[in-house]
Amino acid sequence: MSLFGFSLKPRRPKSAQTAKDRLQILLAHERGAGTATPDYLPALQRDIIEAIRRHVKIEPDDIDIRMERGEEVSSLEINIEVPDASPRARA
Amino acid sequence: MTQTNDNAPMGRIIVITSGKGGVGKTTSAAAISAGLAKQGYKTVVIDFDVGLRNLDMIMGCERRVVFDFINVIQGDAKLKQALIKDKRLENLAVLPTSQTRDKDALTREGVEAVLNELKQDYDYIVCDSPAGIERGAHLAMYFADEAVVVTNPEVSSVRDSDRVLGLLSSKTKRAETEGAEPIKAQVLLTRHDQGRIDKGEMMTVEDVLEILAVPLLGIIPESQAVLRASNTGTPVTLDDPSAAGRAYEDAVARLTGEDVEMRVASDRRPGLLQRMFGRTA
Repeated sequence: MSLFGFSLKPRRPKSAQTAKDRLQILLAHERGAGTATPDYLPALQRDIIEAIRRHVKIEPDDIDIRMERGEEVSSLEINIEVPDASPRARA
Repeated sequence: MTQTNDNAPMGRIIVITSGKGGVGKTTSAAAISAGLAKQGYKTVVIDFDVGLRNLDMIMGCERRVVFDFINVIQGDAKLKQALIKDKRLENLAVLPTSQTRDKDALTREGVEAVLNELKQDYDYIVCDSPAGIERGAHLAMYFADEAVVVTNPEVSSVRDSDRVLGLLSSKTKRAETEGAEPIKAQVLLTRHDQGRIDKGEMMTVEDVLEILAVPLLGIIPESQAVLRASNTGTPVTLDDPSAAGRAYEDAVARLTGEDVEMRVASDRRPGLLQRMFGRTA
């Protein structure tokens, strides 16, 4: 509650609200996509490796998948260490 | 920000266990692992509670879980991919468990392989055990070098701790290996309330230790800081200073071999006058 710019609330955001927000985001993901939320990731990873291997020689270790779940969108970050593809094609 | 510690052990495995649920295992696992990392030790904390993942929430990395312990055991992901690096401390990592599988997905061979791989890179491996004494709890303690038995000064908790101490000294690798040094087990007393002890409403530290007959690692006071830290996904040792945080830091120092005097910390609330005229230390 704010009266003439004088707030009666402490300045720090209440941690209980943070707790509720975190749970809502997490549970929306866990319930929404069914129980198997992240289970498609191993398969996705295999497919990605396979697709890339058709063009470049990479090891399963060269691929790094990170995820950040947000309220509105989640982002999937995939880093692939591609070996130095020197243009030997010309030879 | 953090420097590495010189007298670091090579992959020492510490299980945080209790038997009884709700006594503070995950809170303690988070606080202790963050405390070790803060001291400069490369530390990883593993959630063994398959199907009821919670360490990720207490560590505040629940939104970044991609692969988990079970994926690694079953060969669906590399260990490196499943480890979540803490955003606050660079030498701290979390290995989350699966929320969708059940405890049968844990195999002794799989757990051993993961622990052996972690030993190459980490000074301390903290295993957050599930409640109970079934598969998850058994495997969390099986390979341990050291055990922290989290206990509340309350009858059922002390009884369950006693049972767990029995298992530590009989159903673990160290117990089964002839000539091996037994697991070093210590009690961490949590939710300690000096006020209630003074009124004779709560067993004292001495009472609990007399019954369990193992050394004391630390006394964590009942503190509002614990709920606040869990609300925000911050280990107590990384949150604003609190009595509980200080008590965990003392316990961490003892784990690393420092000789720290046992003390009962408390959050003394400033009185009204003190709040009005500024806080004094």
